[in-house]
Amino acid sequence: MNELQFLTWVRGPGLDIAVGIFLLGVLWRLFEIYSLGRKKDLAAPRQRSGASGLHTVFRRSLAPPGMLKRSPVSYIGGYIFHIGLAIVVFGFAPHILLIKNLTGLSWPGLPSQFIDLAAVVTMAAMVVVLVDRITKPAKRFLSTFEDWFTWAVTFLPVLTGWMAVQHLLLPYTTMLALHILSVEILLVVLPFTKLFHAFTLFGSRWYNGRVNAHKGVPV
Amino acid sequence: MQGPLIDTLARQGITRRTFLKYCATLASMMALPPAAGRAMAEAMAAARRPSVIWLPFQECTGCTESITRSHSPTLEGMIFDMISLDYQETLMAAAGHQAEEARHAAMKDNAGKYLLVVDGSIPLGLDGAYSCIGGRSNVDILKEAAEGAAAIVAMGSCASFGGIPKANPNPTGAVSVSDIIKDKPIVNIPGCPPIPVVMTGVLAHYLTFGSLPELDEKGRPKAFFGETIHDRCYRRPFYDQGKFAKTFDDEGARQGWCLFELGCKGPVTYNACATVKWNGGTSWPVESGHGCLGCSEPDFWDAGGFYKALSVPADPLKIAAAAAVAGAVAGVAVSFANRAKKNTAKQTHEPITVDDLEK
Repeated sequence: MNELQFLTWVRGPGLDIAVGIFLLGVLWRLFEIYSLGRKKDLAAPRQRSGASGLHTVFRRSLAPPGMLKRSPVSYIGGYIFHIGLAIVVFGFAPHILLIKNLTGLSWPGLPSQFIDLAAVVTMAAMVVVLVDRITKPAKRFLSTFEDWFTWAVTFLPVLTGWMAVQHLLLPYTTMLALHILSVEILLVVLPFTKLFHAFTLFGSRWYNGRVNAHKGVPV
Repeated sequence: MQGPLIDTLARQGITRRTFLKYCATLASMMALPPAAGRAMAEAMAAARRPSVIWLPFQECTGCTESITRSHSPTLEGMIFDMISLDYQETLMAAAGHQAEEARHAAMKDNAGKYLLVVDGSIPLGLDGAYSCIGGRSNVDILKEAAEGAAAIVAMGSCASFGGIPKANPNPTGAVSVSDIIKDKPIVNIPGCPPIPVVMTGVLAHYLTFGSLPELDEKGRPKAFFGETIHDRCYRRPFYDQGKFAKTFDDEGARQGWCLFELGCKGPVTYNACATVKWNGGTSWPVESGHGCLGCSEPDFWDAGGFYKALSVPADPLKIAAAAAVAGAVAGVAVSFANRAKKNTAKQTHEPITVDDLEK
């Protein structure tokens, strides 16, 4: 298999399989999680829930008072790499073209130099967050294989994509194929690891906010 | 026409100055040091015409057209005249047995010294019966001719990589020259058709230094195939700015914006079109408003469609919808199982009374 055949495979059958497993996993887990249900809370609500659920969705994206000072790396690093990922994934013209092809939705792309900068900043933030996880004893103690693994599968697409654009190490064709392959690995892994927070995050925040309001501590 | 090249050129009205200029340009194009231009000129001027045997196999004659027709009034064409082209079916006056005899005579007289040029792929299906010349299969002729060759030039994508005949499902079992010949130096000059100046560049290098130019891992001269079309494309700034033509006749296309979204394969195609251009430097595919097809890459024909951007799926996603349904069904099934488990737990649950605790 030469590199163009490799690229055609990851663009063709490889993508088909990865997107298939991704959709299967996502729907499976969403149905399973949301059909679990909760026992009815028979206590009379202390407070009407109102918009507490919605508020919590946003409030939990902000650091609680004092926490930013106590663990700046987690918060600032976390912000940077999440926002950076969003810029790179949704702002780069070839990515938009893929999304348009799959879903019909499209929007204008950002200049590639800006995407390049965002990719470098994202990788730097991810490396800092990783080093923090390794050097802080408590974090290291709490980390399992899944934490290291999900970091790697998130980091690799950014790294290979950036290297492809910069023509580093391998010919562009091979690097582009590796980039797409790394994204396919991410797609396969996402529904079955903690990366699934991309889907469950807002639902669980909303639920917590609502329950808290019911118990008398609305936000 | 025998004798040193420079005499023949002089007879055709080419001055020494023009010839030197040409050699310097060739040398710089091939990224050789400035002195190489002079060495090249001296070597080429003094060179006796090397014998060249050109074998056409499973091909469309486009490579021959490219070399002979488009550049016939230029110096490249002249130099091409200066080699002793002892066998070329399309161009030679002889036919039939005479032609075959000419080939045999050239092979015998220049054994171990002649340059073998091949265009077209070699079919291996049905013992090579898909393409025969004078009652002999291509693979047979190639093996025979390769034996006495100093080096082999695989002209065009078919000879280099199998090309269009090798396209899925490859009914004739077409293969490239390098799939068959393993013990001779082979230069691949892919392209559908290849750029004429690459051919003359390789020839000039061979005449000057007595060796083939530096090749990449696919056997292509690095000087011409070292960079992608995309990296040397004059429309590259539009790619970086995110300005793309969406159709072949929209405002973007008229403005000359990047053709990536229209399926241009420039980013994964290594060739010199963007710098050398075609038809004596007149234009080239992207300049004429059409994306690169990637014709100098192996299996370009099966690389997922000429008009599909590189970043979109090569095939329609066939299993995605079925997988989504399967996922939903699995999710619902598991949720029923979970509920059943919960209900069983609820039913088998025995509340503890005060009496139980006092037992």
